[in-house]
Amino acid sequence: MRSMGVAGAGKSRAVKREITVRVDGIPRRLSIDTRMTLLDALRERLGVTSPKKGCDHGQCGACTVLSGGRRVLSCLTLAVTQDGAEVVTAEGLTAEAATPDGRHAGRDLHPVQRAFIDCDALQCGYCTPGQVVSAVGALDEFEKGWPSAVTKGLGAPRLDRAEVAERMSGNLCRCAAYVNIVTAVQQAAGAAAAQRTAETEVAG
Amino acid sequence: MTFPSEPDAVGRDLPRRDGAAKVLGTATYAYETPLANAAYLHAVQATIARGRVTELDTTAAEALDGVVAVLTPSSAERLASTEDRELAVLQDEEVAFRGQVVALVVADSSEVARHAAALVRVSYAQVAHDAELRADREDLYAPETVNPGLPTDTAEGDVDAAMAAAEVTVEETYTTAMYHNNPMEPHATTALWDPAGDGFLTLWDSTQGVHATRAAMASVFGLDEARVRVVCPYVGGGFGSKGQPHVNVVLAALAARAVPGRPVRLALTRQQMFSLAGYRTPTIQRCRLGADRDGTLTALAIDVVEQTSRIKEFAEQTGVPARMMYASPNRRTTHRLAALDVPVPSWMRAPGECPGMFGPEVAMDELAECLGIDPIELRIRNEPRVEPGSGKPFSTRNLVGCLREGAVRFGWSERDPRPGARRRGDWLVGTGVATSTYPVARMPKSTATIRREGDRYVAEIGAADLGTGTWTTLPQIAADALGVPVDSVDVRIGDTDYPMASVAGGSSGMTTWGSAVVEAARAFRTKYGTAPLDGDEASGTVGPPDDRYAMHAFGAQFAEAHVHRDTGEVRVPRLLGVFATGRIINPRTARSQFIGGMTMGLSMALHEKSVLDPRTGHVVNHDFAEYHITANADVDEIEAHWLPEHDPHANAMGSKGIGEIGIVGTAAAVSNAVWHACGVRVRDLPITLDKVLHALEAQSER
Repeated sequence: MRSMGVAGAGKSRAVKREITVRVDGIPRRLSIDTRMTLLDALRERLGVTSPKKGCDHGQCGACTVLSGGRRVLSCLTLAVTQDGAEVVTAEGLTAEAATPDGRHAGRDLHPVQRAFIDCDALQCGYCTPGQVVSAVGALDEFEKGWPSAVTKGLGAPRLDRAEVAERMSGNLCRCAAYVNIVTAVQQAAGAAAAQRTAETEVAG
Repeated sequence: MTFPSEPDAVGRDLPRRDGAAKVLGTATYAYETPLANAAYLHAVQATIARGRVTELDTTAAEALDGVVAVLTPSSAERLASTEDRELAVLQDEEVAFRGQVVALVVADSSEVARHAAALVRVSYAQVAHDAELRADREDLYAPETVNPGLPTDTAEGDVDAAMAAAEVTVEETYTTAMYHNNPMEPHATTALWDPAGDGFLTLWDSTQGVHATRAAMASVFGLDEARVRVVCPYVGGGFGSKGQPHVNVVLAALAARAVPGRPVRLALTRQQMFSLAGYRTPTIQRCRLGADRDGTLTALAIDVVEQTSRIKEFAEQTGVPARMMYASPNRRTTHRLAALDVPVPSWMRAPGECPGMFGPEVAMDELAECLGIDPIELRIRNEPRVEPGSGKPFSTRNLVGCLREGAVRFGWSERDPRPGARRRGDWLVGTGVATSTYPVARMPKSTATIRREGDRYVAEIGAADLGTGTWTTLPQIAADALGVPVDSVDVRIGDTDYPMASVAGGSSGMTTWGSAVVEAARAFRTKYGTAPLDGDEASGTVGPPDDRYAMHAFGAQFAEAHVHRDTGEVRVPRLLGVFATGRIINPRTARSQFIGGMTMGLSMALHEKSVLDPRTGHVVNHDFAEYHITANADVDEIEAHWLPEHDPHANAMGSKGIGEIGIVGTAAAVSNAVWHACGVRVRDLPITLDKVLHALEAQSER
């Protein structure tokens, strides 16, 4: 128990570990308190404040990021488990426009981001980066044929409003832009499908 | 020049100017202000509802590596003003509600701050508390006024005699629950005390009003307002709970002054927001309606019982909409409060109108049922010609238009009025209607400055955008007032360095700030004409309202409810609202406001209820896992429409506020639809399956 300072007698000490995480394409090395969540490491240590803290309990989805391409709740993910991981936030969805300091000055928005603006799928904006990342993750899951709780039958799911709403229900929005969020996700999926079709035709 | 009668920018469907920053996450909220060497604050909360702190042992907390300061009532500075007892934190050992802050910790990291806060040992001398709201309490009292300074009681004619003589009466008690605003961004403040000279306090605070927050903090700390700056470019939702400063602002400032030169960050946890950030009081509404056989109201009364805290009074104006909604020669409205050992209630989206249009609008549906009259027709028969009470003409009142337009769009004419008569598979299907209203408010003070900068115009005003669209809509108003393309206008808001702006509350923002911008544009053009030079600037101030008229916005909401015949589960696949709210500045942001309000109304109808355990004074369901708000899959079709309306008396733009009316009436429409679906009147929100199941069981046994 010697190294577990918190449980020991006398003065307690945080346990530190060195980790390296690629955040929005940039390798970041940092020494962290092992109790620190990925969300706090991003926001409070690295100044990456695109993912938001709404509840810190995995109940609201505002902190959603991609880790290894899959959407995760960064408030429920200990930073120490992300050593070597590839983490993408809403700010980093425009990776090709990255500037050397890691901020994305060029506003080359992801199709999901463009659709959110087009459909006014946001109001106060606080849940929005989590919604956007969650939508990117959800569309990828949908592309892979993963079913949801409302998917009917065994065939490939259709991306109707109920499917989108179900898959986006881990992300709360108190301003309640839900109706527009569903439209935006469908619009972005449609744009992506059209893009693939065009690419196939060119390749063919 | 005057505001154009045929505006160009106003009315255009423009995307949000802050859209890109918000979808990227680069819009900076209060806690995220980039400042080096920040310290983190965590609060220690009382675990009793009433009593005294007898001992605070901070030894273990102070011994923790990384702890910078621990403040208690004996070590925190004395505040200059303790008049507002919600803000008078760490000034004495008294505990007035469970969750009250009794100490704070500042540390190098948020993890250490939180750990240290948990190590502070607090001993109490507990005394019996009282945290239970009941209508039969003997200590109910009449407040001097109800929010925001309206008469507590009103009476016209003789309601009792009219009820006794009425051919048909409805007399029922309705209740709404305790609700927490729960903006997604927690209440958060970053504070910096610069000790140079006389000292200067900067607060990056999530607030609906930077100037109101500055005034309050200057008073609490005894500082000249010139030595306090409040900055807030973005607010992650507020819905009223960030309309007045709560204790987080004082805590952050206290801590910052204890560690001069070092910024201190504080974000309340979601759990802490259930005791420290305001809430809507539960209400008990005894409603009485009397009518002739033809549906003409002869008596209308609402007697409201609600709670406040013992340390600070807030009297929700729940009975107020019943004063002006329908004509009745005999009318009575009253408010009585119980002062309890509970957290301080405050504003939440449409205080007064939101809870106060639940009881009366369900009662109207019950009256329609008793009379065998269509509920839309019943409302139309009771349209007042002038505002009841004041006798003033309405500036515009298009409630009937909203009801008729909504009926057509919703398909109301095909409705079979009998309850429990329609099934779709295992679901009982019903539809319901209720009305909405919200007053047109104009705050007395706000100033805007317009300046020529290069080839652009810049409007500055300390206004707020809490998702309402101010960043986008104020330029539209400024552009038309100046007679220039909207693309040539910038605005700067959310900072006390800009001219004084009123709080974003009471749906007053566009009327108040927009009027100031129009006045500034007028002054600018008078002074400089149409060829101004770089740096030319002029200011304008909002004028007084035209009090010859009664000014209100109106709406009609329609709901379709499905009740599962076996489980009692209630779903609402469709909501439709039609509103008459003056000229719409931006249809895109306006639609989001209406739909957002209606969805929050759906949430109130089906999901939300803060469960305060009277034994502990504690809201036990204090997180998003247990305090349910509507999630994406709870929503299906929600439509908002509006009538073309221009209100020449409300303001130069002809607009009315729209941020709150969307939540007004939704819960009543849903309850009325649930009755139509399954024959059960749910008079106590939220409408959960246990409240309809007994009747479904009885029906299936028949």
